[in-house]
Amino acid sequence: MNIETIVQALQLSVKSGRDRLGVEVRGGYVGDLLSDVMANSREGDLWITRQIHQNIVAVASLKDLAGIILVRGAEPAADTLEKAVRENIPLLTADLPAFEIAGRIYQMIGPRKA
Amino acid sequence: MWKRWVGPVSSCKKWLFNETFSVQGGNFDDAGRISGNIKTILKEMGIGNDVVRMAAVITYESEINIVSYARQGMIRLHMLPEHIEIEAVDEGPGISDIRLAMQQGWSTATDKIREMGFGAGMGLNNIRNFSDIFHISSDVGSGTRLKMIIHIQQEQDR
Repeated sequence: MNIETIVQALQLSVKSGRDRLGVEVRGGYVGDLLSDVMANSREGDLWITRQIHQNIVAVASLKDLAGIILVRGAEPAADTLEKAVRENIPLLTADLPAFEIAGRIYQMIGPRKA
Repeated sequence: MWKRWVGPVSSCKKWLFNETFSVQGGNFDDAGRISGNIKTILKEMGIGNDVVRMAAVITYESEINIVSYARQGMIRLHMLPEHIEIEAVDEGPGISDIRLAMQQGWSTATDKIREMGFGAGMGLNNIRNFSDIFHISSDVGSGTRLKMIIHIQQEQDR
C-alpha cells in the first residue's frame, strides 16, 4: 500500500514530498524519542510522532523511512518544513491523536512482512 | 555484553577512504548533516544497505552526543577493504563513570535537550548495539573518544 492511499483514507494533509506519495509503506513506528526511532524503525516505515523540530527530517532520511505523520494537529516548525522539502521527505499532518492514526494504519496494512 | 576494541588492523596501512568532519557543539539545527554526508559517501561506494544503516545510526548518535554535550568535536570515517572504522572525538566535559553512562536510560541531558526527544539515555547503547566492535574512553575535563568498527560483510539484517 502506498502513502497516497493512507493520505486519502485518513484525510492527512501533505506538507512536503508530494511526488513521493507513490512510495510503498512497509510498516509503521510510533515514538517521540529520536534514539528509539533511530534504533527501532525500519526502512519503509511511516513514523508517527509529536516532535516537530527539524531533527525528525534527519532521522527519517537516515533511516530511509517512507514519511512522517505529525499527529493531533501538530504543525511542522518552519525550518522542519524547509528541510523536508529540500530532502523530499513526505511530511504529513493529522488531526487525530497517535493512537488512532496508528490503529487505523495498522488496520489497513497489517503486520510488517519483512 | 561489552565489546572491546582490539586495536588497529596492522596489515592495512592504507585507508581506501579517510575523511574527518568537524562538529560544532550546541548546534542542533545542523545535527544530522554529517551523518547524512557519510551515508551518501558509503552508498556511493557501493556499501550494502545493512551496513549503511548501521553506520547511519552510529554517526547520528555520535553527532548528537557532540552537539548535546561538547564544545566541539569531530567524526572520522575510515574505509578499509573489510571494515569501516568510525571515530568520534570531542572536546567536552568527559564522562566520569563510563559504566553508568552505558546504562540504558541514564542521562545528564538538560530539559532543552530532552524536549527535542534526545537525552533518553539511549545514544551510547545504540552506538554499541549497531557496532561490531565498540570502544569508549574518556578524560574528565577534556573529552570523550569513541571508536567503532563495522564489518562490511554482514551475515544478517538487523
